Amino acid sequence: MTASDSTLRRFLHGLPGVDAVGLEARAASLGTRSIKTTAKAYAIDLAISMVDLTTLEGADTPGKVRALGAKAVHPDPTDRTTPATAAVCVYPDMVAAAKEAVAGSTVKVASVATAFPAGRAALSVKLADVRDAVAAGADEIDMVIDRGAFLAGDYMKVYDEIVAVKEACGTSARLKVIFETGELSTYDNIRRASWLGMLAGADFIKTSTGKVAVNATPANTLLMLEAVRDFRAQTGVQIGVKPAGGIRTTKDAIKFLVLVNETVGEDWLDNHWFRFGASSLLNDLLMQRQKLATGRYSGPDYVTVD
Amino acid sequence: MSERLSVFKTYKLYVGGKFPRSESGRVYEVTDSKGNWLANAPLSSRKDARDAVVAARKAFGGWAGATAYNRGQILYRIAEMLEGRKAQFVREVADAEGLSKSKAADQVDAAIDRWVWYAGWTDKIAQVIGGANPVAGPYFNLSSPEPAGVVVVLAPQESSFLGLISVVAPVIATGNTAIVIASEKSPLPALSLGEVLATSDLPGGVVNVLSGRTAEIATPLAAHQDVNAIDLAGAGEIDGLAKELEIAAADNLKRVLRPQPVDDWAATPGIDRMTAFLETKTVWHPTGSLGASGSSY
Repeated sequence: MTASDSTLRRFLHGLPGVDAVGLEARAASLGTRSIKTTAKAYAIDLAISMVDLTTLEGADTPGKVRALGAKAVHPDPTDRTTPATAAVCVYPDMVAAAKEAVAGSTVKVASVATAFPAGRAALSVKLADVRDAVAAGADEIDMVIDRGAFLAGDYMKVYDEIVAVKEACGTSARLKVIFETGELSTYDNIRRASWLGMLAGADFIKTSTGKVAVNATPANTLLMLEAVRDFRAQTGVQIGVKPAGGIRTTKDAIKFLVLVNETVGEDWLDNHWFRFGASSLLNDLLMQRQKLATGRYSGPDYVTVD
Repeated sequence: MSERLSVFKTYKLYVGGKFPRSESGRVYEVTDSKGNWLANAPLSSRKDARDAVVAARKAFGGWAGATAYNRGQILYRIAEMLEGRKAQFVREVADAEGLSKSKAADQVDAAIDRWVWYAGWTDKIAQVIGGANPVAGPYFNLSSPEPAGVVVVLAPQESSFLGLISVVAPVIATGNTAIVIASEKSPLPALSLGEVLATSDLPGGVVNVLSGRTAEIATPLAAHQDVNAIDLAGAGEIDGLAKELEIAAADNLKRVLRPQPVDDWAATPGIDRMTAFLETKTVWHPTGSLGASGSSY
């Protein structure tokens, strides 16, 4: 089906259309589950271990990245039972600093690449970006797809690009493919992009860059979870999912975990297969964790600013 | 002609500039001094308290950062709005406290005057309790009062309006934001005050009004790590509550104003309630010259 542009197009357009109302209703109804006490404690620790602690600002400094790395390794220095986060996520030129900051821990270093966040650059530039990040020691690469080509219907171009980036990642780095769902306009497009990414060899499919108005929503994450479930059923290959952007509270994070559990099951309830791309979420998780441990509400004075 | 159906008022909380029902969905019956039903008031839960802290914290930066003059204008505006709804407050106070109309009107007048009095203090308190300190060196040494932050106020249980105003106004006049726990048995004037505040240029979240069981709401707030101070005015009448809350508040070194017996809320209050929730910031600054000797550095 990936032999030519027309077969790829026929396959992607042959995917069943998304029932938008049904999808949103299902995502909303799964969001009403009440998760309390021990289940909540489990969910909070699981969510902390799934966070890709992210800083993607023009103003990032090596010092800030080091601080972020330290926080990723010990999110709550006052309570060493707090699990480490999954990874820190930085720009390619900060990979070396991040690598140093998390050395000796389980925390991975993820790097955005391919002219993040717009993805508007020549393929050679994007590949150089990826190779730089991998050479600096990145364990994971977060690439953006060429939304312009995708929306213009040039699926083969997007496919080839992902294949090329995957190749540039080599065997050491896992590849996350960002669709920027907020720019894809329709749920049908998100489903097509998910399949396109998985066919091209993505290890993870990721909703958004966090740089546009609409980021991860329960509905588009549910849709992507259904795609990875169906993909494993057909090919036997398991793909990870990473919602990113706009997830700020523990309540939101737990809703996403419910979606995962109810859609793809426990196989994905692990930071190898599910991640949260977030920065402020971790503080809220830590405050909720402190609340559960001590019984009193915590406040932002008791977690780090960044 | 058929008789007109009564239009009852749904009393709601005032949190973050909005009028939510209690998160718990609970209400309780409020009666007048003779036990006749007046209205149902929201019975707040600890989650309402938590939401109120979030709203108050969010509002703090803007309110504390507003000029003292601007705060005074806004407080005066609130007094204007109170004046316009005087009849409603007179009725609510008369019902709640079993007073005659004229006695209740005196209470409401005194409360509005109290509000105006505190409105005048916003841009004067710094001159009274701050100042330039004499030091033996070529420095200015300036002390200025700063608001403590988010303040929980347990409104007096008996004086449902004058007492309420007397504890809320001094807290917000100096730039703090407040979470007010209304009198348990007469919360209606406090809930109506929320409606006045919402239409008086006061930014949402500066005052948040909760009604319900005082002990139930105050306990998590006293232990809350993001609350900076607590005024226990309304805890005095409840057996053992003040002590319990003081212990909980000690954990993050909250400022605590212990309940003091007040015989007459109409008496001139002094500035103690304002200074209780202020912190003094002192800065050193080089003068730029040594003054009389004429030399400089």
